[in-house]
Amino acid sequence: MPAITMKVNGQAVCGDVEGRTLLVEFLRDKLGLTGTHVGCDTSQCGACVVHVDGKAVKSCTALAISCADSEVTTIEGLARNGKLHPMQEAFREHHGLQCGFCTPGMIMAAVDIVKRKGKKLDEDTIRHELEGNICRCTGYQNIVAAVKAGAASM
Amino acid sequence: MENFNYVRPAKVADAVKAMKKAKDGKFMAGGHTLIPTLKQGLASPTDIIDLGGLKNTGIKIGAKSVVIQAGTTHAEVAASKELKKAIPGLAALAGGIGDPHVRHKGTIGGSVSNNDPAADYPSACLALGATIHTTDRKLAADKFFTGMFSTALKDTEIVTAVEFPLVKKSGYAKFPNPASLYAMVGVFVAQGADGSARVAVTGAGPGVFRVADMEAALSRKFAGSSLDGIAVKSKGLNSDMHASAEYRAHLITVMAKRAVEAAK
Ligand SMILES: Cc1cc2nc3c(=O)[nH]c(=O)nc-3n(C[C@H](O)[C@H](O)[C@H](O)COP(=O)(O)OP(=O)(O)OC[C@H]3O[C@@H](n4cnc5c(N)ncnc54)[C@H](O)[C@@H]3O)c2cc1C
Ligand code: FES
Ligand code: FES
Repeated sequence: MPAITMKVNGQAVCGDVEGRTLLVEFLRDKLGLTGTHVGCDTSQCGACVVHVDGKAVKSCTALAISCADSEVTTIEGLARNGKLHPMQEAFREHHGLQCGFCTPGMIMAAVDIVKRKGKKLDEDTIRHELEGNICRCTGYQNIVAAVKAGAASM
Repeated sequence: MENFNYVRPAKVADAVKAMKKAKDGKFMAGGHTLIPTLKQGLASPTDIIDLGGLKNTGIKIGAKSVVIQAGTTHAEVAASKELKKAIPGLAALAGGIGDPHVRHKGTIGGSVSNNDPAADYPSACLALGATIHTTDRKLAADKFFTGMFSTALKDTEIVTAVEFPLVKKSGYAKFPNPASLYAMVGVFVAQGADGSARVAVTGAGPGVFRVADMEAALSRKFAGSSLDGIAVKSKGLNSDMHASAEYRAHLITVMAKRAVEAAK
């Protein structure tokens, strides 16, 4: 099994992987970072979204070995010094979740939207940009409100 | 998902070599078709040759054509300011592929090589009269796409770039499947430099195809109203749980008109 190195949430990590090991398996099973979720096996739900070299990607649809030597940020990497990231805080404040299963992916996707589109987001843009993130609980209203407020406070 | 040997060559010649050596090898670009296929057990190659190490990305606008390197992601194509000016329909098409996360990984080379009957890019290639550059040759889109999930590519041949001629106007309209976001019907229209029009349809049939009647009408006058009364026969079109062949046939004219109206 080849050993790979990676920078995850600012820390250098290494581990043995098989060719077929998915990035999400490496994060969850090897590194114990279980905040990144797996909600489907068709690459459609977005529960597994993390940032690789600054871009939001579905970690269930990337080989860990292909991400060797990249910088990965997961939901665990957003908070600073025990203080929630503004987008996390906005999800809490606006009740942007019910069961919470989709939330890590939603928040990682939302932070990526702000990076690409800026802090001032209208509802249409948010809904369109969240096409790759499925929530089976909320009906999206509060997620959209949370993303809007979180973006403004970032 | 079965295990496999993994290599990530830095040179295209090494990628071809690795493929020749492999028992049952597969190239991987963005992996956004390949990895789901592996996960479902629909393919179990012995070797994966990751083309990501080639770093062949970029968009070059020339005097007569635009060359997009095979490894360029959908997000990069959609965001290119120069391309939005040069071939607006193509940039718009890329911005509507899947969702933002898919666009960060999926590549133009992977999309044309895969030739999914519901993929977006093949319609742009066919309507714009693109040329597919490979490690072995240059092929016109009309010759490259040969049917459902099939292309003229040999097993050891790699798509290196796609070249699109500059046109007067281009536009794309798709009716996405709301779950998969792939095209139920997508129509790309282009008005060439000489005024002649080309129309290519994806999602509706077993593979991307052109519509001669629409091309003739739009070559006379490039306007949505030129398509009034032109219907595509439903025979041979896809019928599935999402839409009947008749519904898809109807959508072709609707989407073609929208594409013409959106064309810039
Ligand atoms: C949720 C989801 C939604 C999607 N929605 C859409 C959509 O709306 N429209 C759409 O068009 N597509 C859609 N896709 C597909 C996406 O665009 C894929 O990224 C694309 O079709 C394949 O590109 P890739 O770079 O990921 O290729 P890969 O998956 O890596 O490869 C695909 C195939 O092409 C071969 N290949 C790859 N690159 C080359 C090359 N340079 N030369 C020779 N062979 C090569 C591989 O061996 C493989 O057989 C979607 C995918 C997902 C997961
Ligand atoms: S688990 Fe990755 S998209 Fe569903
Ligand atoms: S809160 Fe339950 S899936 Fe979104």
